[in-house]
Amino acid sequence: MQIARRLSINRRDFLRSAAAMSLGSSLVSASPLARAASVLNKRKVIVVTFGGGARDQETFAPEGQENIPNLMHELLPQSSFFTHVQNQGILGHYVATASLATGVYETLNNFAAVPPDHPTVFEYFRKELRRPASDAWVVAPSNGFNRIGESDNRSYGPGLGAKVILPKHLLTATLSGSDAEFEHLLRDNYETPLYTPQLTGNEFELHQLQEMLKLSVDEFRAHARTLSSPDELSVYIARQLMRQEAPSLLWITMHDIDVAHAGAYSLYIEGIQRTDRLCAELWKAVQSEPEYANNTTMFILPDFGRDSDEDAGGNGFQHHRTGDIASRTTWMMALGAGVRQGVIYDQPVQSIDFVPTLGAMMGFQTSLSSGKPIRELV
Amino acid sequence: MQPSDLTPDKFSKYPPEAKHVAVTHLNVLRQLPLSFVASLLREVIDYDYRFPAERTAIDRELADLDHLSAEKLDARFAGFAQLKLTGDLERLDWVDEPGRFTEELSAYLWRTHQLDAFRSAATEYGRQLDANLPVAPLPIPRVGIAVIGKDVPQYDGHLFKQLRQHGTLFEAVTPDNGLAQILEFASTRASNHPGNYLHWYIDGGSPEPPHTSLTSVSYQGITPLRDSLLRFMQSEITRPGMGPEELRTHMAQLTPSDLGFDDGGDPVMGRYRLKLFTEGSGTQIFSTTFVQWACRECLRRAQPLTLVARYAPRQRQRSMNELLSNNDSKIELDPVGSLIDGDMGAYYHWINQQRLPGAEQSSLVVWYEGHSQALAVTPTLPRGTTSGSKLDLKGLLTLATS
Repeated sequence: MQIARRLSINRRDFLRSAAAMSLGSSLVSASPLARAASVLNKRKVIVVTFGGGARDQETFAPEGQENIPNLMHELLPQSSFFTHVQNQGILGHYVATASLATGVYETLNNFAAVPPDHPTVFEYFRKELRRPASDAWVVAPSNGFNRIGESDNRSYGPGLGAKVILPKHLLTATLSGSDAEFEHLLRDNYETPLYTPQLTGNEFELHQLQEMLKLSVDEFRAHARTLSSPDELSVYIARQLMRQEAPSLLWITMHDIDVAHAGAYSLYIEGIQRTDRLCAELWKAVQSEPEYANNTTMFILPDFGRDSDEDAGGNGFQHHRTGDIASRTTWMMALGAGVRQGVIYDQPVQSIDFVPTLGAMMGFQTSLSSGKPIRELV
Repeated sequence: MQPSDLTPDKFSKYPPEAKHVAVTHLNVLRQLPLSFVASLLREVIDYDYRFPAERTAIDRELADLDHLSAEKLDARFAGFAQLKLTGDLERLDWVDEPGRFTEELSAYLWRTHQLDAFRSAATEYGRQLDANLPVAPLPIPRVGIAVIGKDVPQYDGHLFKQLRQHGTLFEAVTPDNGLAQILEFASTRASNHPGNYLHWYIDGGSPEPPHTSLTSVSYQGITPLRDSLLRFMQSEITRPGMGPEELRTHMAQLTPSDLGFDDGGDPVMGRYRLKLFTEGSGTQIFSTTFVQWACRECLRRAQPLTLVARYAPRQRQRSMNELLSNNDSKIELDPVGSLIDGDMGAYYHWINQQRLPGAEQSSLVVWYEGHSQALAVTPTLPRGTTSGSKLDLKGLLTLATS
């Protein structure tokens, strides 16, 4: 616990000096949501998981800040930054992302195409606020994420969740046989690269490409040719969704960083740098889309970290298998509507607090979640 | 089955030396909690294929446990005994498949939020074991040498970023004949202080002319084994019911002969080479990962006195399917990325070396191959400084070990 707190305080001190931000605990508490009440009805939320697991020393620690210039210099000054987010669950990407989306530490098989056991934030949102299916979307990196949109909970479940787009699956569907020029965009699960779960569930189908995203197969393929990674493809799809469907709740899961499992440090760093750039691009897109500008709150948070260099049970950055403090302690950035700018909060919050926080911000109950709302955001 | 049910015949499938070790220490094995004993058996079952340092460690650990009274054993393993296991785990064949059991146990501990308790118990056990087993002094201080940046004519980035604070940066090293001088240095140490698996040379490409006194492994040298393993993996995953856990279990049980290879008369090295691919992640596709993991496993398992690791350019990143299909027809290399990989690998080389006995006397030298930059971390050279001294690799290694 002391190590976790030290990580958090170090992160806070580094950031305060780097970005001239103030410490949240010194502020007089007043709900930022109240200040944003006028836009509540039109409020939109975008969640970006800085996915794949990134450590402090390659991101917010002084020696890592060169890898995230956009987060550091562009987004951080506009944000409320939480330095100490704990993930006490299983550190596999699908199960951890599912836990983020349900507010419960899920225990499902990380490598199986199964739905979460508990209702997702998308189900709470749609059922209670009576929102249509088009108002909640997930853009997910890996075929293993195709069931994340809705749980199999009896009171929620089928028909109440988010639509899920798997951009790689979509791209594959547009290809006839093997097409070498797109292989770099089709990398899937880095933890068990030989396995791709069978797709079943609410995934986005090819014919909807044209109907919903207003994209022809040729346009889609032509643009895909200009991209360099799966996460770039995800952001492209997300931007298209924002233009055509303008969902109120949009969840984008990045995954490029997880190439670290292959053990090549340079590729892991490239993944962080790319994700940093893509986060900034998304934020710019929010400002430029009329449906989103001025009424959108965007969250950026890793699903978890990676093993520390010091833990003899691991192999440093390569994996997230030890369950050590470094792999469980991360951060969260909130920016946009209803969020204080330039504030750092260092009290511990948990991954499972995220869903109740979204519920309180957007006006729905999250009764089966185990977390509690983060008071600085509601 | 519980550990208290163990009898000599339960070890009938163990290789001869492993069986002897298990039966000799049966009394204490029967008294250990299941959450621990399977991990210990995982070490014991491969006893016949382990390096001398590993055998010594197993022997000493079991001898230490043999001498504890029942009360002291209970106290030593209290943390493990408090973990709540299920009947499903107890019914697994943890004697003959301890590796599979520990994987299942790990998943179960994650799922039931008992992993932290297990980590605490394991850390405390290791601390007590270290305290009880004084370490014999090394015949000579340990030396690690990492050679990075092959085929990178110029690099403008910040080299040795993680290690600079711990050592002296040399900016005027004469690079001529550097690799030969390094291997000669290692060979001389091997000749002066001979011993099985004590002096190593790991190369990420084609090895330099072999130095018979060094234990050598190269990425190119074991390409046929790698290719065979990749074919095995591809065929396994098409079998009905096969999943990641099953594949890992199958791979863990592989022997070189299963893939059509003999062990070259050295079963210990035969298993070591195979495990680099079956237990490593990314070693099958990137030579830089191979070298880093081979170094880690060499240090952890063989505890060498001398380890030369040379990083060579790895292939460029391609799609995972393409990488695993092992189609060599269009391989492009990524020398600069490999330099960055190697730089981090050298840092991990140092970290893993510092985990071994004699760390306070150990040294590490990293050299940017073909160039004048090198860094030395030694007990005597100042830290975080730069030197303009003009010297060759032989001179630098002599300075670093003097």
